[in-house]
Amino acid sequence: MTTISPNPAPAAAHAPAAPSHRTAALRTLLRNRLALAALAFLALVVICALFAPLIAPADPNAQNLLERLQPPAWQHGGSGAHLLGTDQLGRDLLSRVIYGTRVSLLVGTGAALLAGVIGTAAGLASGYFGGLPDRVLMRIADVQLAFPAILLALAVVGFLGSGLWYVILVLGVTGWVSYARVVRSEVLSLRSRDFITEARAIGVGDTTIMRRHLLPNVMAPLATIGTLHVAAAIVAEASLSYLGLGVPKETVTWGAMLADGQLYLGTSWWVAVFPGVALMLTSLAVNITGDALRDVADPKAYRR
Amino acid sequence: MSELLTLPAPGEDTERPAAPRREGLHILRMTAARLGTALLVLLCTATVAFFLVRLSGDPVKVLLPPDATADQEGVLRHSLGLDRPLLTQYLDYLWGIPRLDFGDSLFYNQPVRAVLADRIPATLLLAAGALVVTLVVALPAGTVAAMRRGRATDRTVMTGVLLGQSTPPFWIGILLILVFAVGLHALPASGYGTFAHLVLPAVTLAVYSVAVVARLLRSSLIDVLSADHIRTARAKGFGPVKVVLTHGLRNASLPVVTVVGLEVGSLLGGAILTEQVFSWPGVGQLTIEAISNRDFPLVQATVLLFAATFVVVNLLVDLSYSLLDPRVRTAR
Repeated sequence: MTTISPNPAPAAAHAPAAPSHRTAALRTLLRNRLALAALAFLALVVICALFAPLIAPADPNAQNLLERLQPPAWQHGGSGAHLLGTDQLGRDLLSRVIYGTRVSLLVGTGAALLAGVIGTAAGLASGYFGGLPDRVLMRIADVQLAFPAILLALAVVGFLGSGLWYVILVLGVTGWVSYARVVRSEVLSLRSRDFITEARAIGVGDTTIMRRHLLPNVMAPLATIGTLHVAAAIVAEASLSYLGLGVPKETVTWGAMLADGQLYLGTSWWVAVFPGVALMLTSLAVNITGDALRDVADPKAYRR
Repeated sequence: MSELLTLPAPGEDTERPAAPRREGLHILRMTAARLGTALLVLLCTATVAFFLVRLSGDPVKVLLPPDATADQEGVLRHSLGLDRPLLTQYLDYLWGIPRLDFGDSLFYNQPVRAVLADRIPATLLLAAGALVVTLVVALPAGTVAAMRRGRATDRTVMTGVLLGQSTPPFWIGILLILVFAVGLHALPASGYGTFAHLVLPAVTLAVYSVAVVARLLRSSLIDVLSADHIRTARAKGFGPVKVVLTHGLRNASLPVVTVVGLEVGSLLGGAILTEQVFSWPGVGQLTIEAISNRDFPLVQATVLLFAATFVVVNLLVDLSYSLLDPRVRTAR
């Protein structure tokens, strides 16, 4: 794709862009400011997830039917006791949004890490060795991709019981294909290049070539895919929970909150909107971070 | 046909010289190999679907009231054929697939084929609507962003792309309902039948693919536009639009086409969610219903349908890939 550097030596890939350095730096600074904002937001999300019991004003599962569907504090009829209002069972929405960070972050990072490790190994092996390993791996990838992950998730949940770890496992195991395909296609275009052929000619082992010469050259797309996958996994978990197939009902998730909220859109928009905004901002912040990572890692994109 | 499906021995194809007169034969062989893979994928999917749905719960328990006796359960189990050996059920099921016989739906009490035929048009309509929105929005947006990179137009497009990629379809759907149905009363919030019903679901489903296609087209075009032959074309005095149209888009389309093939899976997932949000009576909604009803035959058939769609699209992608880039033909 975009990351094949014109110079085969890996060291040269990290050389700074000499011409128009000042404007490029300025632009990166501007972009980085957005990335900094995204990182700050993510830090806030992480803090919310870690210290939810300390930050949240109320128990996210405490029902109070007398205070059901209260609007946010700034609206007519709202109160300071529930800054973002309450849902159909009178539960405090702010507390639920704060507790919702936990599932999203855990599933997002867990699934991306699992998928990244599986996918990179498979892609390296597939692209470097070619032949039979390549065919077998890519065929598994085909089957995997053709199978709707949502259904796999339900089967796993139905068989093993619903739970956070099964959702992570399912999203991790189903997510490896995009890593593998990108790594494979990068390796395919790299392996016939002179520096690989020469390394092989002087007797460098396969594992060393993959680790020292191929892996560094695929890190840039990997970092981008990995970060994007965190966002994708967060969204996927929310989707599963929205469909009622994700984590158990008593766990607070943004997806399940959205499903609840959609029933009350006509009268109480806040029930759906706040978890939706939280979900979108988190996913957006992760994606912005991914872009910034790519800009740093890939000087060609950096110069754009 | 059978000898065409035989794969070349491992390693045999890596160093093959690119003799032009053998190109046609090579493409034919590659097509045959891809068809074989496609069939294998379908067989694997059918098998996985068969065993997975049997792990996910007992349909007899769902179909009967909770106070049913063991005798009643046995009678129902027998009448559904679920008391036969698993292997018999499996072979029966496999034999039915080429004849498009997927058995009877446990929930609807009619052939699965009839239930599916009822729902497929709605999903096709939704997909067509989304495709139109995607092409109309993403192609110009990606091209313009690449041509005016770094400027306000580019930044606007890229902000939109970022938003589109970060926003789950069901949240977009809910927002659209909130604005256009609850707020403006301009379009219906759910239902099926008229053009007005199609607008919100089609836009909802398209948002993600618009973002993906526009983003890839832009970055791919930027790469292509910095290549030597483009500089030559510019030096020869071609205007920017002509350069992009004649030299840029074809070369830039390769990664876009590949990724669009890969994205079909997410699009199908997106369709399931979109149909759920808007109560759109298509295959996606049917799948969710079938899963929660433990309607084994119906789940198996919808999974196969999704897989077949994916396989066919990617078959086309692979073939177009080698047509678009001659290097792929000789490298593999």
